Amino acid sequence: MSAPTLSTSDKPVQPPHHGPPPEARREAFVRSVRRNLSAHSFLIGAVLCFAFFSWYPMVREFLLAFQKTEGGKTTWVGLDNLDYVFHDPAFWQAWRNTLLFTALALLLGFLVPFVIAIVINEFRHAQGYLRLLVYLPVMLPPVASVLLFKYFYDPGYGLFNGVLHFLHLPEQQWLQSTSTAMLSVVIAATWMNMGGATLIYLAALQGIPGELYEAAELDGAGLLRKIWHVTIPQTRLILSLLLLMQIIATMQVFTEPFLLTNGAGPEGSTTTVVYLIYQYAFNFNNYGGAAALGLVLLVLLAGFSAAYVRLSRDSES
Amino acid sequence: MRSTWFRPTHRRTTAAALVSALALTALAACGTSSSDDSKGSGGGSSDPSAPLDPKTKVTLTMDCMPPAAKAAELREWKEDVKEFNKKYPNVTIQGRSTPGQCEEPTRFTAALKGRSQPDVFYTYFTDLQQVLDNNGAEDISAYVNEKTVPALGSIDPNVTNVLKKDGKLYGLPTSNYTMGLMINRKLFKQAGLDPNQPPTTWEDVRKDAKAIAGLGKGISGYGDYSATNQGGWHFTAEMYGLGGDVVTPDGKKAAFNDAIGKKVLSNLKSMRWDDDSMGKTQLLKWGDLQKQISTDKLGMFLAAPDDLTYMVQQLGAKFEDYGMGPIPGGRATLFGGNDYMIKKGSSPDKIKAAIAWDNYKNLTPGKGQFDWARQKTDALPVGLPQPNFWTGGIKATDLQARTDSATMPVENFKPFMGNPIKGKAEPAKAQEIYKVLDNAMSGVLTNKNANVDKLLSTAEQQVNQVLANQ
Repeated sequence: MSAPTLSTSDKPVQPPHHGPPPEARREAFVRSVRRNLSAHSFLIGAVLCFAFFSWYPMVREFLLAFQKTEGGKTTWVGLDNLDYVFHDPAFWQAWRNTLLFTALALLLGFLVPFVIAIVINEFRHAQGYLRLLVYLPVMLPPVASVLLFKYFYDPGYGLFNGVLHFLHLPEQQWLQSTSTAMLSVVIAATWMNMGGATLIYLAALQGIPGELYEAAELDGAGLLRKIWHVTIPQTRLILSLLLLMQIIATMQVFTEPFLLTNGAGPEGSTTTVVYLIYQYAFNFNNYGGAAALGLVLLVLLAGFSAAYVRLSRDSES
Repeated sequence: MRSTWFRPTHRRTTAAALVSALALTALAACGTSSSDDSKGSGGGSSDPSAPLDPKTKVTLTMDCMPPAAKAAELREWKEDVKEFNKKYPNVTIQGRSTPGQCEEPTRFTAALKGRSQPDVFYTYFTDLQQVLDNNGAEDISAYVNEKTVPALGSIDPNVTNVLKKDGKLYGLPTSNYTMGLMINRKLFKQAGLDPNQPPTTWEDVRKDAKAIAGLGKGISGYGDYSATNQGGWHFTAEMYGLGGDVVTPDGKKAAFNDAIGKKVLSNLKSMRWDDDSMGKTQLLKWGDLQKQISTDKLGMFLAAPDDLTYMVQQLGAKFEDYGMGPIPGGRATLFGGNDYMIKKGSSPDKIKAAIAWDNYKNLTPGKGQFDWARQKTDALPVGLPQPNFWTGGIKATDLQARTDSATMPVENFKPFMGNPIKGKAEPAKAQEIYKVLDNAMSGVLTNKNANVDKLLSTAEQQVNQVLANQ
């Protein structure tokens, strides 16, 4: 019996494909890896670090949100942790506080740096000096800035009440009153962080061609009309990007209320969502609850992040 | 000219070495300590109730070795290791020291979750459930008996019971505390009050606080916490003092929205706003009041005796300027303490070695932490009323030895010691309940127009929700 032979027509038909065959591609890949071995080795280090310290915790956090650990046994509990979180009396209060912080922080933290940037931009001299002055608070360690404000706000010995007392005005409770605590936190946070935003606005303002202002002036536009018809449209994109970035950052606020009001504030008026996550994890040992609340926050922020990415792409194009 | 390091022939070797190094670094960084690096050798009995065979070779990692800054305590630790090694030459004690408190809840919780706690680790009495939930500690019931811990029968059963769950023992105590009223004797005298008779009722606390605040210069008469769950903790202690409770005996409902709860909050509100005897700065947490009283800016606050050690050692206070009275009300007082647990997964020999060391260092009258004469020689604080977990003859002998070697005026604690008050443990889900009660405390201390009834009923509703949500 003769061995079967394959005629040319019997050969399996290779599906048509574009580019080099797989072997060649593999070889090209191996060659490319060899050629850039040092670069790849550095890359592996970075990838390992990200994998261990960023990606793994993220995956673990996601899993934890649906698990419960009791008696050393981890069990799958489905949506129980979310149910727990939604029924926590502090949950809605924390969200209300966080949204209030975000709204106030946007109002102050968005508007104040923009106005300051416009004012600095109008100066013909000493711009560098003014930029430095505005940026200085950012260079202070956050804890030092917060402690400084804690002293300013102190109802007994604080600077602010000292000034009010000097002016024969009624003293305020600042951080110790449910009506002013969050606003006081926002003022401190705005002061600490406005330097960076101001510089970005300033860069955007300086990118606006001078001819546009000149044309507006020729048309008889005053300062406000110039801002409305030239400055804002020209910086629209950067304004939108910063707005989104600030929403994402302010919704994760933790440091300022944690240090200024010991986390919760009077009657829980400064408890934020991230502080509540911290409490679940480290005060109540409820990792499932912490992960579930983290997930809720993540979903919300992911929406803003997607918008941010889209806007960034638009700005690149 | 290119360096030879970058010649093509070397490139691959260099990169491979680099990759290996990075991989090893990453693995080392992610590694945790071995839970059981020595299985024990050279003898050892399979009977858990038998003491450790002196020939057994074991290495123990041990929490809470005093840091270098505490030179005298560290010297005593080393002396004790040396003495212990005379009997057990093959047991190596590897102490781990922490600069601040031995246990910081956030770090401890993370270590427990990551299983990176030492073989013998330090916990607060209230940590037991958390440790068990994370399968962190060995059941040592079979190992602890009159042979391995000879003074076992003289330890207050209330203390050992806190370390038990379902009849199984998970820890050995090192100290305990009950809360009382810390006073600044200097300010008492300046205000014309008798520091040997601290107030025992809230009415008297209010009267004395007013007198002390009357000294002016920013001095407060009485201080209390209202943040980081410690406001709730003190509210609970104050409820206990007046015979109340924060949860029902079955632990299912809030129990503080009653006349006692109202009395606690109304009294604080009156002291803060009507008398102005609590200072303007509120939302205080642990450490704030200690600083105030150490700088003679505060007359009284609820504390445990070991707060004084912190005040003297860390804040420069002097023992003779302070004293303690019983908790106002005197019906019951909140108690707590610290202990050592043994990491889950430890070999029987390791458990035995840990118990032998703990017994020598912390549970032998006249030795280790109870060697008061040595502590006096080393100029350490001797004479504080606690730890005080002995009963019967040992209790009397220990108190006598402590008094004989006292390095502070022990009579300042007479009002506290002479009025022993029944200790009561913290409720289950304590931290979550305290978080809610912080709001009630901060409410009356920061809002002049706070409605006590509303604060209590809101807190009651929220605590019920917390208890239902388990």
